[in-house]
Amino acid sequence: MSDAPVLQIRSLSKAFGPVHALSGVQFELRRGEVHALCGENGAGKSTLMNMIGGILQPDEGDILIDGKPVTIASPAAAQKIGIALVHQEIALCQDATVAENICMAAINARRAPLMNFQQVHADAEKAMNRLAPIAVRTKVADLSISSQQLVEIAKALTLDCKVLILDEPTAALTETEAQRLFAIVRGLKQRGISVIYISHRMAEIFSLCDRVTVFRDGRYVATEAIEATSPNDVVRKMVGREITQLYPDKLPADAKPGRALLSVSGLSDGTRFANVDLELRTGEILGIGGLIGAGRSEIAQTICGLRPATAGSVVLDGKNLAIRSYADAVRAGLVYLSEDRKRSGVFLDLSIAANVSALDLGKLTGRFGLLDRRAEADQATSLARQLGVRMSGIDAAVSTLSGGNQQKVAIAKQLSVAPKVIIMDEPTRGIDVGAKVEIHRLLRDLANRGVGIIVISSELPELIGLCDRVAVVREGRIAGVLGTGQLNEETIIMLASGVQPNAVYEGQAQNVA
Amino acid sequence: MHAEIKVADASRRASFARFASMREAGLIVIILALCIAMSLASPHFLTWGNFRAMLMSFSIEGIVVVGMTILLIVGGIDLSVGSVVCFSMVVSGALFLAGLDPWTASLIGIAVSALIGAVMGFFVTVVGLNHFITSLAAMVIVRGLCLVITKGTPLSLFTLPPEFKAIGQGNLQGVPYVIIIFVVVVAIFDFLLRRATAFRKVFYTGSNEKAAQFSGIKTNQVKFWVTVLCATLSGFAGVIYMARFGAATPTFGAGMELNVIAAAVIGGASLKGGSGTIFGAILGMALLSVVTSSLILLDISVYWQDMIKGCILLAAVSADHFLHRKKS
Repeated sequence: MSDAPVLQIRSLSKAFGPVHALSGVQFELRRGEVHALCGENGAGKSTLMNMIGGILQPDEGDILIDGKPVTIASPAAAQKIGIALVHQEIALCQDATVAENICMAAINARRAPLMNFQQVHADAEKAMNRLAPIAVRTKVADLSISSQQLVEIAKALTLDCKVLILDEPTAALTETEAQRLFAIVRGLKQRGISVIYISHRMAEIFSLCDRVTVFRDGRYVATEAIEATSPNDVVRKMVGREITQLYPDKLPADAKPGRALLSVSGLSDGTRFANVDLELRTGEILGIGGLIGAGRSEIAQTICGLRPATAGSVVLDGKNLAIRSYADAVRAGLVYLSEDRKRSGVFLDLSIAANVSALDLGKLTGRFGLLDRRAEADQATSLARQLGVRMSGIDAAVSTLSGGNQQKVAIAKQLSVAPKVIIMDEPTRGIDVGAKVEIHRLLRDLANRGVGIIVISSELPELIGLCDRVAVVREGRIAGVLGTGQLNEETIIMLASGVQPNAVYEGQAQNVA
Repeated sequence: MHAEIKVADASRRASFARFASMREAGLIVIILALCIAMSLASPHFLTWGNFRAMLMSFSIEGIVVVGMTILLIVGGIDLSVGSVVCFSMVVSGALFLAGLDPWTASLIGIAVSALIGAVMGFFVTVVGLNHFITSLAAMVIVRGLCLVITKGTPLSLFTLPPEFKAIGQGNLQGVPYVIIIFVVVVAIFDFLLRRATAFRKVFYTGSNEKAAQFSGIKTNQVKFWVTVLCATLSGFAGVIYMARFGAATPTFGAGMELNVIAAAVIGGASLKGGSGTIFGAILGMALLSVVTSSLILLDISVYWQDMIKGCILLAAVSADHFLHRKKS
């Protein structure tokens, strides 16, 4: 074996239009090491992984495999070199069985005209059983998100790879499943396979990895051996400034709690969550945390009438709400911003103006049921200006905007009805750091002006930095509510994963006041 | 002063750019070019008689195109339009022969067409089938009904009163009523589609149904009513055909759906929903009609017509695909 690293990246750059996703980054992966890659969303981690995986092509710079420069033209080429990539988002064929998904590459390479299902099932079982006892004849669509994630990992393990890239593999896993994954990663390492491990969870990185590389805003910051650094140090390098600067000022600790703006009690939907109590007061930003699939979005959607409830009540600004449809909720002043911007948040091919007015067309309708186009244009212009949307004009299609600006248009849509409470599901997902800061400021401004803000987020720094209080959801129940003094990553993770069952219930004391 | 001129110039350039980027502009240019070429090739092309014939040929079908375009925008499709046109003719015709006055018979014909639309809308929105399969089934079922009602033989309606036949055959100072009705229907729906709040919801639903639901729009209602509208306009067209031909043939309108969908798509409607204009769809229809007329005037065998229409459809959609890809 040569001494050359398995994978080496030299001054690699990639731009998407005017946005520099990566500028001149470097990275080195040794044989048999587990190497953590850290950075905030938008730091360029995924862009780099997509280039190593053959999905994107670099504008400049070299990728070296075993010391030799290579061009990775396609995902198939990456597989041939021995690079396996497990995406953060699940990319499985939902209608095929677990076995067919796991053995996809083998089936694709097979020359024989007929399928050999026996072998497919046997191979798949072998790969799957190392991780979790999932029946390989099940259809993927019938599995939970965490099981699907495990199938995705098993699929990568069947490839005869020398570099395995895991992009936030534990985001949707339970604690036990995660532990099993770590054991497998350690086993791979012993077999000389190198692993690039992308995660936000410091605890995992420090127990599993040998070295850590930090990116920030598309630039390389540092590579350190794990023994030579600390979680705080890594976080500081990731953020590049003190965390307090990144987020707007919170409510002062001694501020008098506002009146209750939204109270939810005993809310259940009969399937995903039960007996949920929440209270939002004026002036505060309430966070909702928890693992993916814990039921956060379902709770929010049920409050807003997008899903049916089986029990419980919602009181908005002192009035009991009987919400049968989302249109009722909007009329009452309660709006929801979806987490999946492209799929359910904006109308990509429609104009900015048409997007902003989608929530309440009645307001813009003049005589004879005709749309008042001047009123529509005025509304879009003033909201776009207020939110600082960077655009060529309100007639431009939303698809021409950057992710951050698309999100601002989505928020402008919510603001168009002058809501009392806005529930935002992952408001800054996939948005670059600059736009993120702007959106956080905006949310704080709105809260200061008396609009109730609830933020659902999977990013712990966002929950901690932005919110005054955070309710943590675990398996469809509120595991605890944390106040400003108690907000830190460990406590939230503990509540979310159920390590510490009896939560501090800060909310109760203040509810009395 | 100087600056002002510049501004005006820039805005004129901007509005020209907007016009040039529109799908309609390209179609107008192509149609004009064809017309110029044809007027040089044939002395009969540039006559009022020929133009009237061309307009007549697509006027009634144009009413169906209006409904289809709106349905395509909402993300649906209706393969049953030809059958429904025929059904409306056959039902009205049979009721007239049974002794009903033609106006009432026609209203009933249009109403049953709307009912067919409502049944399709029910299967799409409540049962949850897609538009393609639902309307494919409706196309066959309704055609079958036409054959059942007529027992397979054309209904001869020469006894229709002249004032009813005038709708299809008469004219106002040389302009056939058919063309007037067509222009009025197109103008009304083009305007409504651009300006009316209710029709804006059609675009929201077709562009991103999930996002529309998350904006409180009842997308199933929108899809239901657009399906009903398309069938109703088909029924209306059927009644006009009856007045024009003075007969109701149970096989009439077979294959019309393909022509109508082709026209809408050439005019910029997307099968994925969310885009399309009535004006564009009518231009698409006009293009197909000019081509047909040219082929006839050039003495090219009618057997070539379908093949050439198909090629035009493919070319128009490919051109649009490449233009859009370049932009993004």
